[in-house]
Amino acid sequence: MSGRPRLIPVLLMRRGALVKSIRFKRHRYIGDPLNAARIFNDLGVDELICLDIAASAEKRSIPIEFVNRLAEEMTMPFSVGGGITTLEQINHLTRAGVEKVIIGSHAVRDPRFVAMAADEFGSSTISVCIDVKNDWLRGPRVRHSNGRIRSEFKPVQFSRLMQECGAGEIIIQSIDNDGAMTGYDIDLLRSIMAAVDLPVVALGGAGNQSHLVSARRDGNANGLAAGSMFVYHSSARGVLINYPEDKRFLYDMQ
Amino acid sequence: MSAKVVIVDYGLGNLSSVARGLERARADFLVSSDASDIEHSSKLILAGVGHFGRAMAALRERGLLGSLETSVLRDRKPVLGICLGMELMARSSEEGNVAGLGWLDAEAVRFNISDRLKHKVPHIAWNRVRVAKNSRLMNGIPDAAEFYFLHSYYLKVADETVTVSESSHETVFPAVVEKNNIFGVQFHPEKSREAGLKVLRNFVELS
Repeated sequence: MSGRPRLIPVLLMRRGALVKSIRFKRHRYIGDPLNAARIFNDLGVDELICLDIAASAEKRSIPIEFVNRLAEEMTMPFSVGGGITTLEQINHLTRAGVEKVIIGSHAVRDPRFVAMAADEFGSSTISVCIDVKNDWLRGPRVRHSNGRIRSEFKPVQFSRLMQECGAGEIIIQSIDNDGAMTGYDIDLLRSIMAAVDLPVVALGGAGNQSHLVSARRDGNANGLAAGSMFVYHSSARGVLINYPEDKRFLYDMQ
Repeated sequence: MSAKVVIVDYGLGNLSSVARGLERARADFLVSSDASDIEHSSKLILAGVGHFGRAMAALRERGLLGSLETSVLRDRKPVLGICLGMELMARSSEEGNVAGLGWLDAEAVRFNISDRLKHKVPHIAWNRVRVAKNSRLMNGIPDAAEFYFLHSYYLKVADETVTVSESSHETVFPAVVEKNNIFGVQFHPEKSREAGLKVLRNFVELS
């Protein structure tokens, strides 16, 4: 008897619309985020992630009115992120019924903020989303502000720092694989899994069930998150919200 | 006595999901931080997330320890501890090294993992629960049903007869404990699909 990886749809929101990107660019309109959340909830998702990808650049956080409405729809666990920079914002979000808040850009700009948040709300409430892009000259580097700004942090180094700060979970996102539907960056995933004792969620690149199996079997991921795979019908990218009904294949893949 | 279930609000964490769970279980309930509401309740729910030491301090600061003890130990009202709420029922915790409510002969201990690649802490997962023996809380729930867990500590019980269901995260730990009117679940029933709703309903319908 042992836990299975969580299968987690990721909804990207921009100015109230549900969108999907490729390599953090070429955003395509998919539909209404609350409607999508309702469908995913009815499909019995393990967990749902909702990220406001415009929030950080617009110097605001994911709107609390939206999160309240999301909480009304969700009986399943869910976490939200986007532009979170204060403890007060986290307080409002957890009170609305969010299981975990996701800190992205601000964790890179000010790692001490993660320490303050974990101390105040408990580690299990704080997830950190780490966006990684390969730089042909330097190798993989952590980026922030929706991928536009490169930091000097290497992914393993930054993951360890987040663990020291008291983060409860790491979402490791490959910018290069985002929207490609060709599989996760397994090397990146493995390096993070080996570096920290925290649960790690893989994000970026999943296109089919074999990619999920591989991220678990070869990468040991605790969570398998995906955007495109759960909002597109196939790699032809016709919009169709979907989620596997039978999750037994996730149990015996270790 | 009124029929009300009181969700004890001591300022830590997310009680709105528990409240929505009770709505779905069609319970007559109230979220309150008032000692007299606790005294006039028929059942209590102790939930919350975060730090054990802080939770005990918050209960003390709000003057709730006396009314909780009277309700649970003297009046024997059914009480359900969820996640941290279950851990608080122990004598003590490694987290913060402070005394707990002491309703169960147990200690809250942190997962001590040897295979750190396979088992991460916190344990955040849908995990299967083994129904070890008949219980009022798990009545009607099939063996190996999945529940949602989000925790770093678990209850190490001195008296194993209180463990009615178990789960495993490298080590086997109690998922559900039951001792007379005292019930605890390590998972989050309010986030655990139909099985979780059934647990809440079983608690609400206890007579």
